[in-house]
Amino acid sequence: MSLVNYATREITCKIVYYGPGRSGKTTNLHYIYEQVPRDRKGRMVSLATQTDRTLFFDFLPLDLGMISGFTTRFQLYTVPGQVYYHTTRKLVLQGADGVVFVADSQARQLQENIESMQDLHANLAEHGVDTRGMPLVIQYNKQDLPADLILGVPALEDALNFRGVPSFAGDALHGTGVFETLRGISELVLRRLSAATPAGSR
Amino acid sequence: MELDPRYRFENYIVGAANRLAVSAAKAVAQAPGTAYNPLFIYSSSGLGKTHLMIAVGHLAMQLQPQLRSLYITLDEFVEELTAAVSAGTIESYKQRFQAVDLLLLDDVQFLAGRRETQSEMLRLFNALQRAGKQIILTSDRPPNEIADLDERLITRFAGGLVVDVGLPDYETRVAILRAKCEERGAAFEAGVLDEVARMNYSNVRELQGALNRLIACQTLGEAEVTARNVRELLGEKPDATPAVAAGARGQEFASFLNELSDVVAQHIDTWRVRVVEAMTYWHQLGYETTLLERTLEQTDEPDVDALLAQFESSIARLRALEQEAARFDPVLAESELFRDPERVGEAELLVARQLGGAEPPPAADPHLTRETFEVGPSNQLAVHAADTAVLEPGRKYNPLFLYGPHGVGVTHLLNALANEMSAAGGGAKTICCVNAQQFIDELISALQEGTIERWRARYRLVDALLVDDVQRCADTERAQEELFHIFNSLYSAGKQIVLAADRAPKQIQGLEERLRSRFEGGLVVEIQPPDHALREKLYARYLAAAGQSPDRVLVDFLSARAVANVPELEATVDRLVKAAEVVGVPLNAAFARKELEGGGFAPAPARAVDGRHGDDFFLDEEKIVWDWPDVSGRTIEDLR
Repeated sequence: MSLVNYATREITCKIVYYGPGRSGKTTNLHYIYEQVPRDRKGRMVSLATQTDRTLFFDFLPLDLGMISGFTTRFQLYTVPGQVYYHTTRKLVLQGADGVVFVADSQARQLQENIESMQDLHANLAEHGVDTRGMPLVIQYNKQDLPADLILGVPALEDALNFRGVPSFAGDALHGTGVFETLRGISELVLRRLSAATPAGSR
Repeated sequence: MELDPRYRFENYIVGAANRLAVSAAKAVAQAPGTAYNPLFIYSSSGLGKTHLMIAVGHLAMQLQPQLRSLYITLDEFVEELTAAVSAGTIESYKQRFQAVDLLLLDDVQFLAGRRETQSEMLRLFNALQRAGKQIILTSDRPPNEIADLDERLITRFAGGLVVDVGLPDYETRVAILRAKCEERGAAFEAGVLDEVARMNYSNVRELQGALNRLIACQTLGEAEVTARNVRELLGEKPDATPAVAAGARGQEFASFLNELSDVVAQHIDTWRVRVVEAMTYWHQLGYETTLLERTLEQTDEPDVDALLAQFESSIARLRALEQEAARFDPVLAESELFRDPERVGEAELLVARQLGGAEPPPAADPHLTRETFEVGPSNQLAVHAADTAVLEPGRKYNPLFLYGPHGVGVTHLLNALANEMSAAGGGAKTICCVNAQQFIDELISALQEGTIERWRARYRLVDALLVDDVQRCADTERAQEELFHIFNSLYSAGKQIVLAADRAPKQIQGLEERLRSRFEGGLVVEIQPPDHALREKLYARYLAAAGQSPDRVLVDFLSARAVANVPELEATVDRLVKAAEVVGVPLNAAFARKELEGGGFAPAPARAVDGRHGDDFFLDEEKIVWDWPDVSGRTIEDLR
């Protein structure tokens, strides 16, 4: 998908929040949604089950207005975390400019995190995307939970961050780390621009 | 209300958050009533809306001193309206507003819920817009968020350009603080201003207030201001709540946006951004920007300064042309050609056609034709060059410079050439043949009448330009300059240029070097006094024209005599014919010899023959006075 279009003066950026079920992807989006001034946010589309679990995906369009002369729009998506929504995940991931991997810091969720990370890489590979080139950041969510329930950031880094991507400790429910994460992925995505092929349509 | 002199563009710090608003405001100041009308600026309190609006007023009046501008807050507007209604002077109230060219209306959000004021505003708005007057409005929110605002006003407010001024980012805040310090003549130790900029002030006014407090602290000597104690001095508790607190809602997003702006600025090619900004700017002013757009596709960074300067100069030219066109035909000025910097040439042509169409440029004398121009060795090179110019105008001999003394046929050949070119073009070509004196006279009248553009257009439009007696331009200033520009314009368009003079370019005193070098850049060819062969042809023709039967011996005798030019030759025939008539004898060689050499009843015309050269074998040396005595100082009686 088109990231920076110099000709139409638009930056459009698709960021996908990926991670295991119940790790807090939708919570991240909700927090962002709450912070955005009314005139800047589109309607957040959430296709959720009755138990508030993401069934298909969430979509939050953010109109960031003019930035350096570009009309900047961010499209934030979440994927359904549950294992059986594989197809939807793959679909949502298509055309992503960057991925935020939201990991559940709870110690008992470690295996899910690892599986989801593998799933992410498998899906990207199936889309023909070189995973090493795809902007990725990791958020270790739920760091506000009691210390005996969760793994510390170093342990999670060891388990998940084998690529050494930027990572953030978070508490999406209260907003800690949410914007830092968004900023982190935005920066990675935009940094890729400078290395990207220069053309009017890119 | 007087414009506050402190609010100017010069002291308005531009950052990512207000760049668009400032660009738009400048565009409005430069051309009020044309771009972005109305300009609606909104932002939270204290971010510089009023400053920006008044800066527009200052700049606009600086550029156009006769401009009438009026700054008024909505409160004052309402107050005056109420007063006018109660005093029954509503008409003069309306007239006062309708007389301004630039209306600066501050704080329009206070229109909320004021139905009466709104309907008055709507009427005023319509009247001003119809008259092409510029309106700038400020508000603390966008038009559609002003409560109970008439739908018609919303659409009108939003009908031009709505821009917001955001929170300045950190760097801009530092720049603002530094500028303010300079203004106030204050100085702080390193790090103080940076620390203040980092503090959580929601607008520039608060930031300025904080600075004022620090300046006061410093001047009163209450405490030393350092980077470490600055927060304390400004009353911030050491454990300020982090930004995530509920009160800071929105702030987090704003700071995200600010940081993102910096990231974007860092990671996209700055030259592309500049090109894009220029594109946005000119596009919004209604200009075609495909030229700039194409540069975005190239991989290497172009010379953006030069590119933009070139683009702007094209637009300046388009604007001038548009104004010129509008003077003659407002409909013509609507043409989209005036909106496309890539089509300046076409726009120029369009205006030139319009301006020059009224009066065609001077044409050649139709009597001086190529058929009546006799050719001999003395002029055949010139004739050959002229014939080539007819066949291949603008290609082979361009410019063609013909010269020769008076009466040898330079003017004839020039006009013949023009007539031939005109015929070759089937009459569709505009061939201009003008005497330099006429060129100069026309220029002077055009300058007097202020129709210089139209005059110039007549010449720039031609398919070929032939200028006779070009030596007359010598020692003129403006005529040479105009000729220079016309020459260049035609030459670069591949149009044929022919110049004629009584001497070679080198010998024309007072001719500017730039013209001389151009004149010499093509072919310079001389026409000499008629040679024997040419004289034969000419005598035969003139004698036949005078009703004399062609007498071979007579023609031979006459053509053996040198002449300086054709009129002299013509005069000789005339004289002989008349003399023969008076005496009542047929004109023959013997009569002619007697008449011309033996002296006759008719006074011989003064001749300028240079008898020392050429065909002078028949001249009697004794009858020629080579050195005339100096007659100055003698009386007429002496000479008798």
